[in-house]
Amino acid sequence: MMSRLGLALFALWIVVLATTPFYADNSIVRTAIMLAMYSVLAFSWNFIGGFTGYPSFSTAAFFGLGSYAGAIAQTHGVPMGFAWVIATVFVAAFAAGLGMILLRLRGHYFAIGSIGVVEVCRLVVSSWSGVTGGGNGLNVPLLMWAPDTVGAFFLWVMLGLMVIAFALTAFVDNHRLGFGLKCIRQNEDAADMVGVNTTFYKVSAYILSAFLCGTAGAVYASWIGYIDPTDSFQILLTVKVPVMALLGGAGTVLGPAVGTAAFVVMEEFVWANFLNWNRAILGIIIVVLIFFLPGGLLKISYRRMINRLKGRESAGAPV
Amino acid sequence: MSNEILRLEAVSKAFGGIRAVNDVSFDLRQGEIVGLIGPNGAGKTTLVNLITGVHRPSSGKVIFQGDDVTRQKPYMAARSGLARTFQIVQPFPEMSVLDNVAAGALFGGDPEGLTEAREHAREHLAFVGLDKIADQPASALTLPNRKRLELAKSLAMSPKVLMLDEVNAGLNTGEIDAALDLIRAISDRGITILIIEHLMKVVMTVSQRLLVLHHGALIADGEPTAVVNDERVVEAYLGEKFAKRLKEAGHA
Amino acid sequence: MDLGQVLANGIVLGALYACLAVGFSLVWGVLNVINMLHGSFIILGGYLTFFAWHLFGVHPLLMLPVVGALLFCLGYFLQAVFINKVVTAPVLTTLTLTFGLDMILYNFMTVYFSATPRQVTLDLGSIDLFGIYLPNERLLGMALALLLTGLLFVTMRSSSIGRAIVAVRMDRFAAALMGIKVNRIYAITFGIGALMAGTAGALFALVYPVTTNLTGIFLGKAFVVCVIGGLGSVPGALVGGLALGLIESISGVVFGPQHSLTVGFVVMLVLLVFRPTGLVGVKGYE
Repeated sequence: MMSRLGLALFALWIVVLATTPFYADNSIVRTAIMLAMYSVLAFSWNFIGGFTGYPSFSTAAFFGLGSYAGAIAQTHGVPMGFAWVIATVFVAAFAAGLGMILLRLRGHYFAIGSIGVVEVCRLVVSSWSGVTGGGNGLNVPLLMWAPDTVGAFFLWVMLGLMVIAFALTAFVDNHRLGFGLKCIRQNEDAADMVGVNTTFYKVSAYILSAFLCGTAGAVYASWIGYIDPTDSFQILLTVKVPVMALLGGAGTVLGPAVGTAAFVVMEEFVWANFLNWNRAILGIIIVVLIFFLPGGLLKISYRRMINRLKGRESAGAPV
Repeated sequence: MSNEILRLEAVSKAFGGIRAVNDVSFDLRQGEIVGLIGPNGAGKTTLVNLITGVHRPSSGKVIFQGDDVTRQKPYMAARSGLARTFQIVQPFPEMSVLDNVAAGALFGGDPEGLTEAREHAREHLAFVGLDKIADQPASALTLPNRKRLELAKSLAMSPKVLMLDEVNAGLNTGEIDAALDLIRAISDRGITILIIEHLMKVVMTVSQRLLVLHHGALIADGEPTAVVNDERVVEAYLGEKFAKRLKEAGHA
Repeated sequence: MDLGQVLANGIVLGALYACLAVGFSLVWGVLNVINMLHGSFIILGGYLTFFAWHLFGVHPLLMLPVVGALLFCLGYFLQAVFINKVVTAPVLTTLTLTFGLDMILYNFMTVYFSATPRQVTLDLGSIDLFGIYLPNERLLGMALALLLTGLLFVTMRSSSIGRAIVAVRMDRFAAALMGIKVNRIYAITFGIGALMAGTAGALFALVYPVTTNLTGIFLGKAFVVCVIGGLGSVPGALVGGLALGLIESISGVVFGPQHSLTVGFVVMLVLLVFRPTGLVGVKGYE
């Protein structure tokens, strides 16, 4: 459930991001695009990892396959928008097939399997050079517009995806699908016993966690103009995205957006100042998150925190 | 009588080489309360698992309302009106008591919206006496209340047959009496009840008919007082020696 | 290439894989934690061996116990201070935590050791056995890998620590009731996992160049070996390691060397789905 205030803040956030081309420089616009993209990935992951509680690490596989499907379609002369649709459908179908096999596993085995899928995708793409260009990567036809216009265009497309991902999350959260997924997260056997078709629900969640990643991947490929297997199927990405969702609050509607915003802002700060220690600082963020924010930023009781601070002030009188 | 609702035809289940349930046949008639007893390890819970699709029988058939449901999955059993409670309670721990029951109504009951399901859930909670703590998380409940929650959840699935697997285990005498009243009240709604127990007192007071399972086989099926005096049943419970001694004592 | 050579290469590789994965398998089996640090532990072991040899002329064989001791301490520390606090949490939490710790360790290694491939070159010569060519470093690496794995097996079987670890694996509540300090056993187990990884890395550095870029690949191999062999057993890791070594060297010939890794992962995924207990499928850690 989400408050009206939350919805208003989300809308405001979208507006802030969408208007960056009018008041900020290219690097900010670029960050805004990445932010929107990561939000799409985090919202998507939230369906399987947050609502359903399955530790999925296959985000990078969906993203990478989407970028390759879109890029290959575009290099074969398919118009850009249509290539994005192809990528989306392809990744959704892939997730449906994969989900029926992989979701029979639970816990650690599912986690390992989902990571394995990313590796297999990366290896297959890098060795199938006839179609994918192999390790040399693939050039995607670039948009021949002014750089500023291109930036703004891709920003708005990504933001569009982000709004769709958010709307889907809000819908699922209030719908029997979301309720069933939460039941599965808490006790899968009991969910089965009250009449939840667990296989169908889990596969649905898995598809929901995949198809927009595919779209985002294809849009990313069109924007950047060049993709290669190591960049597209990053193990780092596949852990980063769940961390973003966890940072905000897994299984909540706004958590992915909050977590992504916090993460990307921190990352930009880290990148800019400690280039050599970028990874270590992200690692520290993860450790701090696990120990001090187990429920994510949204689950902190801010009211209690303020009360405690107030209490401390009043009690802090000299003795 | 043609008001039979559930029938098992020669159902068997083997795990590895062990026959947990061996050639069991019986039927349940609309609206009756039937007790299923047997020593530990007799295969009572396995039998329930076979009826609800958790396990698939190695051979034999389960007929529910005239349809062969032998191969159905647990969620299908739940939707068709075969509800059960677990020996070890199975709540959704972080959800509220209300939402636990709403889950039963939403998925196992008639298709309806979430709001409607919550309304139904409130009624069922009132019925079992948990309406005052509807907003607590299920994990905060005491054992007797968890058992009530299981009941409310199953009732929300608008069952036709309700299988109660050791609902009274771990309860004290007062709590058992309360639970028995509840079981009778459920029966008054026309729901057929199969009650699995090893507390004889409980079964004897509510059951209209008794089934006895021993080493996976059904060794008795009949009126309770007749069944408990049956030679084989006494033997199953007390062992051959004691049964003999008891018999001799009876004759003397 | 003839079959004998392919099989010999596979077995050498397989012995190293067994040693590489057995610690990962132990940690997973006993702590129920997927240790994402494992790949970095391996590389750290390899680097320590290389630099001791390169800078101070310490012989790798002398360095082996030192690497083992250092890695054990590091592992014990990480488990006692960090991972023990969330060891009962769902896999998402523990996996993410070890991944975060791995990022920190990895970053230290790239900054202080750089990512340049490093290999210890001992030039021990080679032997020729019925036309099968084998450098002696590889034979040495294989022999030591088998020895270490065997030592772990014996430790698990007959030492009191080993029995305590097995007991915790089977039932940690019962083990606690028997007076075993479960958290301490967890830390020791994680330490042993790191020790095995570090020494495996040291052995790898004798045979192949090691670099931080390989952490992910080594971790992946540990996954595959575990899934093939089944969790948490020394014989399982041995079977899994040898199987993966042979799969890689054979598929390298059949499909080309660039596909050998893919084949390993595909085998893992297929096994995960159809036989998640692994080929050996042992229950206890023995």
